[in-house]
Amino acid sequence: MSEAKEEKIVFQRPKALCDVVTHYCPGCLHGVVHRVIAEVIDDLGIQEITVGIAPVGCSVLAYNYIATDFAEAAHGRALAMATGMKRVHPELVVFTYQGDGDLAAIGTNELIHAATRGENITTIFINNAIYGMTGGQMAPTTLPGQVTTSTPTGRDTKLAGFPIRVCELVSTLEGSAYIVRRSAYNPSEIRKLKAAIKTAFQVQMAGLGYSLVEVVSNCPTNWGMTPLESLKWLQENMLAYYPLGDYKVKDSVKELMAKK
Amino acid sequence: MPRIVIDVERCKGCGLCTQVCPKGDLVQMSDEFNSKGYRPSKFVDPEKKCIGCAFCANMCPDVAITVYR
Ligand SMILES: Cc1ncc(C[n+]2csc(CCOP(=O)(O)OP(=O)(O)O)c2C)c(N)n1
Ligand code: SF4
Ligand code: SF4
Ligand code: SF4
Repeated sequence: MSEAKEEKIVFQRPKALCDVVTHYCPGCLHGVVHRVIAEVIDDLGIQEITVGIAPVGCSVLAYNYIATDFAEAAHGRALAMATGMKRVHPELVVFTYQGDGDLAAIGTNELIHAATRGENITTIFINNAIYGMTGGQMAPTTLPGQVTTSTPTGRDTKLAGFPIRVCELVSTLEGSAYIVRRSAYNPSEIRKLKAAIKTAFQVQMAGLGYSLVEVVSNCPTNWGMTPLESLKWLQENMLAYYPLGDYKVKDSVKELMAKK
Repeated sequence: MPRIVIDVERCKGCGLCTQVCPKGDLVQMSDEFNSKGYRPSKFVDPEKKCIGCAFCANMCPDVAITVYR
């Protein structure tokens, strides 16, 4: 008689993700990104030395979900807080988790200066082209023509200007070391997202400068769509304005990646 | 035999797990409700076609799927 092969768990909740129900809407990719960050923290074995900074926005409660130390910043100030923490405790891995309203509107100043100073911190930037938490108003990243509660007839670029492309902008600053844009609309993109977040943390740990991983994300609730429709809309509309790819990989980062 | 287990009480019925299975429609939406009023997804694999790739689990924003192989 052949021996029964023992069954193994090949996918489960990572250790660094709290075993709780999140407040996120059904199908919101915030949950996927949280899980991927937790998987990377597990893989790198850095749960005890990592500090996250939660933003104001839908992910304001991220500290209840990712099982590392956490602080809550005032709206847009995550990178200022992260700078202080990292400078006082350079042995920590410090990351900010920020939406487009938090990072690219009220927090733009902190972003640009943290990046240009080359702070050894990492930003996970969730670009869902809208203010989710406050009811779906226009964000700096809202697409031209996109309907939001504050642009009911679509974003008019004559009136409201053009969307900001954060990766392109930040990659021009000398202090930025690793600036990439990913998404999470299918398993293969999620795998690439995980690899990028891992690299970003490794860049920080090697002291190579500022790292940012943008995630082209969704907001089914405020986009007024089902979760599946939102992933389709993301691919058909957002990716053209926000192409996925590597915007800056400094030579020092390439060398580091070759060694890993 | 590879298989998945869906925690129906954690599931928010978003359906993201139902579109990525390389074996077709092993993950489907259920007709029942969970205690929060969501229609959870369900695993339907009478012919044991699941390969344990975890694509479905990877898509789940609520980490409601565990995969065994
Ligand atoms: C100083 C201050 N100004 C404005 C607000 C209102 N506010 C809360 S969240 C938010 C923007 C959220 O959008 P985003 O950062 O894109 O995150 P999301 O909710 O979409 O994940 C704003 C403007 C605030 N809380 N504090
Ligand atoms: S409002 Fe939008 S961003 Fe916020 S949890 Fe819901 S779907 Fe996600
Ligand atoms: S593990 Fe893979 S094969 Fe099995 S149900 Fe999920 S997606 Fe399908
Ligand atoms: S992806 Fe997760 S929450 Fe969404 S239907 Fe599937 S199991 Fe439920």
